[in-house]
Amino acid sequence: MSKKLNQKIAFTSFRILGILVVGILFWILGFIVYNGISVISWEFLTTGPTDGMTKGGVFPAIVGTLLLVIGSMAFAFPLGVMSAIYSSEYAGNGWFVKLTRVMTNNLASIPSIVFGLFGMVLFVNKLGFGDSILAGSLTLGLLALPLVIRTTEEALKAVPNSYRTGSLALGASKLQTIKRVVLPTAFPNITTGLILSIGRVSGETAPILFTVAAYFLPKLPSSIFDQVMALPYHLYVVATSGTDIEASRPIAYGTALILIVIVLIINLMATFLRLKLEKKNKQK
Amino acid sequence: MKSSKRIIEKIIEGGLKLSGATTSIIILLIIIFLFKEGSGLFQSPSVENGYALYLNSKNTVNDLDVSEIKHIFDADITNWNEVGGADQEISVFRFDDIFEIYSDEELGEHYSLLPEKLGEIINENPNIIAYLPKAFAPSNVEGVKVLPEKTISFSDFFGGKEWMPTATPSPMFGVLPLILGTLLVSFVAILIALPLGLGVAIYLSELAGETTRKFMKPTIELLAGIPSVVYGFFGLVVLVPIVQETLNLSVGETAFTGSLLLAIMALPTIITIAEDALRNTPSAMREASLALGATHWQTIYKVVIPYSASGISAAVVLGVGRAIGETMAVLMVTGNAAVMPHTLFEPVRTIPASIAAELGEAPAGGAHYQSLFLLGCILFLITMVISVTAESLSKKQPNKGV
Repeated sequence: MSKKLNQKIAFTSFRILGILVVGILFWILGFIVYNGISVISWEFLTTGPTDGMTKGGVFPAIVGTLLLVIGSMAFAFPLGVMSAIYSSEYAGNGWFVKLTRVMTNNLASIPSIVFGLFGMVLFVNKLGFGDSILAGSLTLGLLALPLVIRTTEEALKAVPNSYRTGSLALGASKLQTIKRVVLPTAFPNITTGLILSIGRVSGETAPILFTVAAYFLPKLPSSIFDQVMALPYHLYVVATSGTDIEASRPIAYGTALILIVIVLIINLMATFLRLKLEKKNKQK
Repeated sequence: MKSSKRIIEKIIEGGLKLSGATTSIIILLIIIFLFKEGSGLFQSPSVENGYALYLNSKNTVNDLDVSEIKHIFDADITNWNEVGGADQEISVFRFDDIFEIYSDEELGEHYSLLPEKLGEIINENPNIIAYLPKAFAPSNVEGVKVLPEKTISFSDFFGGKEWMPTATPSPMFGVLPLILGTLLVSFVAILIALPLGLGVAIYLSELAGETTRKFMKPTIELLAGIPSVVYGFFGLVVLVPIVQETLNLSVGETAFTGSLLLAIMALPTIITIAEDALRNTPSAMREASLALGATHWQTIYKVVIPYSASGISAAVVLGVGRAIGETMAVLMVTGNAAVMPHTLFEPVRTIPASIAAELGEAPAGGAHYQSLFLLGCILFLITMVISVTAESLSKKQPNKGV
């Protein structure tokens, strides 16, 4: 009897914990949405901040984040995919691939502020890019690189080997096989990796603190050597060090809501792609 | 035709191989640059560059360490006998004080008489300690001696209990409060997150139906996807007041608030990895346990959990890693006081938060700047150790096909 009772107590508490974790998520989401939704308006999305960042919108920060996402992906995506193609298609199982895998894992575990330090020394100071979109994009790209490599590798591994041998048997070269058979098959999965990286990059603050982010810059950038505002940094600034913190609270809620919406969209897209893929695989 | 095609393939393959090496190269570059900037700290003078400390030559004190200098200029040490000298009151002289004694005319054109006047002052006052720029310092004047220049030592940095990088004349780079603050906040966070996360992982892998799983997995992924600055903002406007009111504290920005927030942030990592480990338990082992008459719960805690112990510890280690490196959220809710933490309920400052908060104000190449890079090196080393530990732990788990 007591065995059963023990089990009942344990299982009930696990259930409650499960509900609690979901509850925490909805608490955070609900809080931001509830406070932020009234701030969002067309004007908020399309104008720059005014009155010491207590009024106006976040348009320059949206543009800045968008540019940083594009810049970092233009750097990390091709490089990451190429790196993954090499280690899963060419390299076999030698020491080089083992080392690369360990290094990729290590790179993924480095805190984002360390990337910020590194980006500041290498891109901003040594290469002389200054605080610029270029330096910020490269720094964020480094951060996203392990994520791209890992997801691409998984995607390539999921391609059945019979596809490869079939293509090779028809006389195609290895490169042709990869280009015409492996990559198209793995493409949807690779896209999921890209989407997840975009999600990661768009919310990062620490790496851009010292490489690109501007405190207040109503002008839009004209070249890749300009500074920009970015949504996450803007939220940090408005929440902690604005000229009038109480008055700029609504701006902070609005900015947080935009960031949350980006995350929601990214996650929905990734889940959608995954479900579609599972369905497709089942049909086969 | 065919050979040129083959050459192109070779070139592309070479390009692919090169990009395969990128991550290793990046890690190498990070190590080189971080450690190069950081190690410069130990060549930096312990007082501000271009300045030196001058004493009257009759003074028996010949050497002062960093914290003694600081306490003298903070007026915490007021008598020479506290630092090994005669029983005389210390008279502190800063460079600007000279302009209160002499007018600009008296100091001559381009302050050419400045070194001479400074020399006179030091010579006349046996108890003086003067902090002066070397450019105007009285050199080779009788009755004046200069304290030997020292560089910041390993023990000043790793053993120091005070982090005051902008103090003059002697900035203090004691890293202990920051390391302890980081460890305190992170470990308490994991203490909170572990039972929660493990419970949810057990629920997901053992109890939940397919529909619940389909709902909860994306939920947890979403929790992992929220940017840390949004967590920080949430912590600042929600958790900080709650902690302050329920615990009746004077400030809500404490180590405990940071731990709470980090616990929430570490949950997805712990849940996902622990659940994977639990699911990897072979069904033969479960069935054997159930066949022996054990209940489901007994099977879980006597068979499944011990079997997946190494996977679960990998989850814990990675959770700690995430917590130690977290910057923005901690920066926003822990109050950022760089003092030795005594209790959980007072402000602390962590290593990443120090870097984020101070690097913007530290002049490039100076000792403060270098010390922040050294903090980055420490952080880098900690996470490397964690990453390698987690990897070897998750490899330890016996294979599925046992």
